[in-house]
Amino acid sequence: MLTYLANPARFMAFSAWAAPIFLVAALALLAIGAPWGLFYSPADYQQGETVRIMYLHVPTAWWSMGIYAFMGAASFVGLVWRHALADVAARAAAPIGATFAAVCLITGSLWGAPTWGTWWEWDGRLTSMLALFVIYLGYIALWSAIEDEEKAARLAAILCLVGLVNLPIIKFSVDWWSTLHQPASIMRAGGSSIDPSMMGPLFAMAGGFLCLFAALLMMNMRAAVFRRRVEAARLRGADA
Amino acid sequence: MSALVATFRRDLALMWGGGGGALAPLGFFLGATMLVPLAMGPERNLLAAAGPPLVWIAAALAVLATLERLFQADLEDGSLDHMLLSPEPLELIVLAKGAALWVAVGLPLALASAPAAIALQAPPELVPAIVLSLLLGMAAFIGIGLVGAAVTAGVKRGGVLIALIVLPFFAPPIIFGSAVAGGEHVGAALSVLAGFALAALALGPIAAAAALRLQAE
Repeated sequence: MLTYLANPARFMAFSAWAAPIFLVAALALLAIGAPWGLFYSPADYQQGETVRIMYLHVPTAWWSMGIYAFMGAASFVGLVWRHALADVAARAAAPIGATFAAVCLITGSLWGAPTWGTWWEWDGRLTSMLALFVIYLGYIALWSAIEDEEKAARLAAILCLVGLVNLPIIKFSVDWWSTLHQPASIMRAGGSSIDPSMMGPLFAMAGGFLCLFAALLMMNMRAAVFRRRVEAARLRGADA
Repeated sequence: MSALVATFRRDLALMWGGGGGALAPLGFFLGATMLVPLAMGPERNLLAAAGPPLVWIAAALAVLATLERLFQADLEDGSLDHMLLSPEPLELIVLAKGAALWVAVGLPLALASAPAAIALQAPPELVPAIVLSLLLGMAAFIGIGLVGAAVTAGVKRGGVLIALIVLPFFAPPIIFGSAVAGGEHVGAALSVLAGFALAALALGPIAAAAALRLQAE
């Protein structure tokens, strides 16, 4: 039991002070980015004020994909090196990623209504984000359906890696199928096509959400480790 | 080699014997197809425009219904332990089980899609392509489904869970399959479908076997 907790112990010592720091950084960045984007940045010459939804929509879109990639990496580590903390990390990240995907879908829909004239369009990017959201739900459901935690961790890791291989294929196929969403405008060859005055608040919000993810992840993981300790203590109590 | 043939024949016998287990998905498929015009209205032009791709939805759901027991039965009665002890790699045994499922369920479903597509007002000259697309599509569905069935093998009443896990991965074959059924880019869509089916059959058994090794622990 002690060797099992050896690594988590170091993690717990680190996260005890790192989680609050990231939380404060997240709140600070969001406190700067949100008013900057929502009030002090210019309105778009075509979209008008609705462009401000982007400051919530784009960061959550980025990180919902980023979090899945993180879960894939953690699953790989958990599967190959049987690292218990990696399993905990993958599980702890999933609800956060699912929430980000949901926020991305909802804000996208709110933006689409005035701009495209429809709440929902079966477009490539919308559909692949919806598929990502459903994959998150399946992953979470698998975790909670299997009682043996260690087995659940391995099986969920396999599912996560299969999803990692499949996501680009799903994305490619739905892009081929139908596309209305504007193509990438920041990370593209030939430089960004977005106005520099919008980049500041966008990156502040993106940084804020990243710090928020880090803080929530560590808090979730700490909760999971504490829960295991309580269970272990209860088992020891039962033996005595 | 004989272990693989034996697994294939055993699964085929189990699915075709035992009260016509392989006929149930076929009945499900025809029932689901029957509901389409009831929901859309029997108007010919509307059906001809939107109906044929729905054959693909019915087929996907029919094969989904067969996945729950695929490995669960082997886990419960100890067959899985014997498969693990076999000198043949588990990946190939899983592939043999997938092949049996394709013959027992996929093949009849693909053939049944011909009358179903005609009933949904598909142009008759398109029907051979639809049957071919479903032959490939069933292989793709089964390749993905093996993984979903393997990771949920230990879960009681895991049917809905399998559906939740597997359905988003059905998106690519559905997209290219319904392109065939809708008569757009038929040749290209069939090629992509074949590629996806091969990839799913190559990678699916590896992931499924990894999951089954854990299930047997």
